[in-house]
Amino acid sequence: MPKGEIVLGALAPHPPHVVYAENPSQNEPISEGGWETLRWGYNRLARKLEKLDYDAIVVFTPHWQTYVGTHFLGLPRFKSKSVDPIFPNIFRYNYDMEVDVDLSEAMCEKAAEAGLITRMMRNPDFRVDYGTITSCHMLNPKWDKPVITISSNRNTHYYSAEVMIEQALALGKACRDAIEESGKRVVLVSSHSLSHRHFVTESPLPEDMSREHIYNHSQYVWDMALIKLFREGKMKEAIDIMPEYTEQTIAETEGGGIIWMMGAMGMPDYPAEIYGYQSVIGTGNCIAAWVPEPDAREIVL
Amino acid sequence: MDEDIIEFGLYVPPHPHPLLSPEANDGYGRLRAAYDECRKRIEESDADLIIVYSTTWPSIIGHQFQANPNSEWIHVDDDFHYLGSMPYSFTMDAEFAASCVEKAESRGLQARTVNYDAFPIDTGSITALSLLNPDNRLPATIVSSNMYANRSETIVLGKAIRDALKEGGRKAVVVVVSSLSNRMFTEPIDPSEDRIHSQKDDDWNRKILEFFKDGRLEDLSQLSREIHGQIRVQKVVAYKPAWWLAATMGQHNNYSGEILAYEALNGSGGAVIQLTPATGSVGDKEFDEDDVEYYKGDREVLNKGMLE
Ligand SMILES: [Fe+2]
Repeated sequence: MPKGEIVLGALAPHPPHVVYAENPSQNEPISEGGWETLRWGYNRLARKLEKLDYDAIVVFTPHWQTYVGTHFLGLPRFKSKSVDPIFPNIFRYNYDMEVDVDLSEAMCEKAAEAGLITRMMRNPDFRVDYGTITSCHMLNPKWDKPVITISSNRNTHYYSAEVMIEQALALGKACRDAIEESGKRVVLVSSHSLSHRHFVTESPLPEDMSREHIYNHSQYVWDMALIKLFREGKMKEAIDIMPEYTEQTIAETEGGGIIWMMGAMGMPDYPAEIYGYQSVIGTGNCIAAWVPEPDAREIVL
Repeated sequence: MDEDIIEFGLYVPPHPHPLLSPEANDGYGRLRAAYDECRKRIEESDADLIIVYSTTWPSIIGHQFQANPNSEWIHVDDDFHYLGSMPYSFTMDAEFAASCVEKAESRGLQARTVNYDAFPIDTGSITALSLLNPDNRLPATIVSSNMYANRSETIVLGKAIRDALKEGGRKAVVVVVSSLSNRMFTEPIDPSEDRIHSQKDDDWNRKILEFFKDGRLEDLSQLSREIHGQIRVQKVVAYKPAWWLAATMGQHNNYSGEILAYEALNGSGGAVIQLTPATGSVGDKEFDEDDVEYYKGDREVLNKGMLE
């Protein structure tokens, strides 16, 4: 069996607004669009993924929050309705998702061997978080690949950003080992925004783009500083500034997604493909992809 | 009391163990028994409504009030999914929720009702309502905790709910769903060996319980920032439950308090506490900072603190 590999790693923000704006049949509310810069970027990355040969998508999400270790989805299928507790007016999505339980168990096992606290989630009534659903819908609207969701342990708050980074890197490494042993070709998804200060009011029409902008200029400048490092292929430097970046912009990187992904991908030193940057209700969102195979790598934006 | 709108207030923990595994640890069993006692007291009271403020339902767009008359689903906790599922079916008071929104808006707050099929009600609210009001004897509403809100917003939220109670001529039991110290063990533990995470957390919890027992709600409200710094994992901007409870019940220390249980829940401080508006004890509890309506002279706090 050939060694498994990570064929692409995507930073895939999950404001439910982008699904709402797409008007897929699975989502109940109807919109007039909005956030095109992000959606068109997502559409382009989805087209690239369609041409890529891969077996499963592994998502690390900040909206399955666990305090006792890291948890992995452990049943073959989850079918239910996801209603966003924060933006229920725009996201009520009927999902039907297959899970690669073998790979999930293998990653859980490897993580435990690496000294991390782990648990498989095998309750059939469990609802998959809207971060996973939003990122997966935008990357693979056909939902024709099995998914694995990994919870985010809240150790930034419990300990510190540094402890979180150590653990997320170790988790990434363990997931990579499991993927290589599985012989599978896998897409990793780090599902989160960058800067994460929201407006606490909403315009009567949420998709009214005349009202959408970044919360403040400081958030924008920090986001751009980070994206510059993505473009330059300086992911070690990006991870090095992560504690300060996260504190300054209350970024959703606090969950550890991109750090986990970089840990799994061996800290890329090649440029990321940038697919778009746009604010959603004041937060900063970047779609980016890291492609290990140089021939498959493009300059997108 | 100024208005007869609050029968009593309860402070209860958000974790699901008293509902799902009360037998796993004697402490969980005692929390469950305390919940059961509170259920009985609600039944024996004149309350016609339950209002829940849940720290495990965060919001961003102002505050949200549950308004689905038939809130039904099967919930599973993010961490404690292995303890079992939590099916629920709650009767929400849509009219009262709408009135809260109107009052909140007229006090300058952003607020909205939520009424959606399959809305994911949070673990804490489900645990509290399932145990306190199992047959939907009373209608309820649940209000979210805004993740950016601080003191003034939370105090005004409580006042808006009072406005709605007064206008509707309602009598409520108000329920705060929150841990005291909220640091949990981050490794799996044998439930039979559960304990408060640290001595410091336990000491602070017991000090807070003393205040509750003395009915000193306004003092706790004013200690909230200190409590946040000392025994709260810094997940949100502030420890808000005492602010909300004080603003909703009345910002003073004139309550009789009872601690029905205090136990560890995976390391966090879980307490079931009842606070009942009282008469007659004004002046025997020194206020940190009184909410003065009429100046009656200095309180001579120092003199009162001297040994006889
Ligand atoms: Fe998010």
